[in-house]
Amino acid sequence: MSSGTLYDKVWDRHKVGELPNGQDQLFVGLHLIHEVTSPQPFSELRERGIEVPYPERNVATVDHIVPTRSEGRDRPLEDEAAEGMLTALERNTAESGITFYGLDSDKQGIAHVVAPELGLTQPGMTVVCGDSHTATHGAFGAFAMGIGTSQVRDVLASQTIAADKADVRRVEVSGTLGDGVYSKDVILKIIRDLGVDGGVGYVYEYGGSAIEQLDMEGRLAVCNMSIEGGARAGYINPDETTYEFLRGREYVPEGEAFEERKEYWESIRTDPDAEYDDVVEIDADDLEPMVTWGTNPGQAVGVGEPVPAPADLPEDERDAARNAQAHTGVTPGETMEGYDVDVAFIGTCTNGRVSDFREAAAVVEGRQVADGVRALAVPGSMTVKEKLEADGVDEIFEDAGFEWREAGCSMCLAMNDDSLHGDERCASSSNRNYIGRQGSKDGRTILMSPAMVAAAAVEGAVTDVRDFDGVGGGR
Amino acid sequence: MSGNDDMKVNRVTGTGVPLRGDDIDTDQIIPARFLKSTTWEGLDEYAFYDARRDEEGNLNDHPFNEYRGANILVVNENFGCGSSREHAPRALRRWGVEAIVGESFAEIFADNCKSLGMPAAVADADVVESLQDFVEADPSAGIELDVENERLVYDGEEVDVDIDESMRQALVKGIWDTVALLRSNMDAIDETAASLPYVDER
Ligand code: SF4
Repeated sequence: MSSGTLYDKVWDRHKVGELPNGQDQLFVGLHLIHEVTSPQPFSELRERGIEVPYPERNVATVDHIVPTRSEGRDRPLEDEAAEGMLTALERNTAESGITFYGLDSDKQGIAHVVAPELGLTQPGMTVVCGDSHTATHGAFGAFAMGIGTSQVRDVLASQTIAADKADVRRVEVSGTLGDGVYSKDVILKIIRDLGVDGGVGYVYEYGGSAIEQLDMEGRLAVCNMSIEGGARAGYINPDETTYEFLRGREYVPEGEAFEERKEYWESIRTDPDAEYDDVVEIDADDLEPMVTWGTNPGQAVGVGEPVPAPADLPEDERDAARNAQAHTGVTPGETMEGYDVDVAFIGTCTNGRVSDFREAAAVVEGRQVADGVRALAVPGSMTVKEKLEADGVDEIFEDAGFEWREAGCSMCLAMNDDSLHGDERCASSSNRNYIGRQGSKDGRTILMSPAMVAAAAVEGAVTDVRDFDGVGGGR
Repeated sequence: MSGNDDMKVNRVTGTGVPLRGDDIDTDQIIPARFLKSTTWEGLDEYAFYDARRDEEGNLNDHPFNEYRGANILVVNENFGCGSSREHAPRALRRWGVEAIVGESFAEIFADNCKSLGMPAAVADADVVESLQDFVEADPSAGIELDVENERLVYDGEEVDVDIDESMRQALVKGIWDTVALLRSNMDAIDETAASLPYVDER
């Protein structure tokens, strides 16, 4: 059993007590709500006559089902099911006194983008949401995890959840990231090395020089994909980078109160003599930009590295690799470089933040999207969109031939009308390359960093972004 | 802390609704097209929606039409198999089912029943058959399911049934409903909240 880690401390601070079934009851500091997993829980509360006890610790936004073309966002939405979910959320939040950043708000966006940028997510909090990518918020040194629909109901009804404590694995990433190498590459490497179910039963504590050098947006991308590595949650200890990011944000206290709050943040950092259940080390010095060749995020290689032959993989991975390669149509022994792409997609709760678009813009600036490539830039939130537009970044994308959209999950899971068609191959900054994920059962997704997506868009094929001038990196 | 007394399910008494057939899956219990709804409301009308109707869409003689008001559902083998949709036991519950007796249940379905406080009791095939006959012969005849002692009483007889131990414990202790369970600690919740530096005083 771990002791002295941030996870242990945050757990203890939020533990209300033990339940008769043996689980712990934990107070939830921040509950994020979206339209897909909240309607039934609210409906059940209403029927049972239960009022939400801590409405101010709940915040809602609409992200999964929203159209990202501005002309598609007029109400009622064309898709009746989507309109129904949105209407239900409007009514439910209004009746419960919960803040809702809806389509009429300039703060609307993907829950995991909105909460960090508003300063809602803070170190030492427990954060939950009916969405598996809630782990994202661990980047601030919060304990954040996705929950199921009945737990959403539990939180609305009591501001607590019944939970079992997991083990803690320290993932120590040493070294320095080179140009054109980003946090997305780090997490793809971690998932490749530890396996897509390597994290089952664990919470990941990411640390080490390569992690500490990352800015907050980079850290968010790492924690975001904890779930793809099998870990329900992942976190990074808060430090000056965290505190400076938080200063001045809407939900963060100012002045004296900020300093007081910071004392708490400091106090929940993992102790120097903390004990972990497991420790793994990863060297990021020679890390290349990563790309996936298969149908799960662990099936990844460096862009200059050959795709493995199934026979060369551990026995329990061979069948999956064969099936994946049959689906994606890649040839083992070759690198992923040069495979044509039909679609380029930049956005999502992994890589839909300001710096992601800036890095990508540096690649596309003065260049053109290759003929026949459909390229989409979908900011993770309206705040992100506005910031980029203020600097003219939207024009860089549009001039290059990208479609510049409104905020939402978009082609990450194609619950709106952004979707792959047929067996289109997509260079994507999202987090899941599962079969069918982007809306077409034959669609083929290649996960990579936003800068790599931008490079693929202008090249019309998977390519090494390090060959482009003006590439940043190391974040 | 102990469970809430109101939540304890020690016994269920009432009348039966016999539903014959093995492998009745959750898609029959509630067809997928009704899952799009954003509330649980109205689910009772969707329980066995297709099976309850003839080709013209009129109600037929399905037990869920004929035995309105009954509360103990009597089924055969592998009831509730298929998709894990929580809507299935909820639809039954809303129709009026308070307990299910059957030859066997799909695991996830049984789990979902537990979280609704609805016992799923396993009985031998001949017991189920005789119970179904008994209910059909006299729909108003009383049945009692003793959850605590895992016994079923009908037709002047007492027979053994089997209820999964964790389900039985949760029911008799009244701790199956996590909402009630969690809310029973509201004072402790407020105390924990007040001790957190980031939660405003209220
Ligand atoms: S962007 Fe994708 S992964 Fe993130 S919340 Fe939306 S659908 Fe889920």
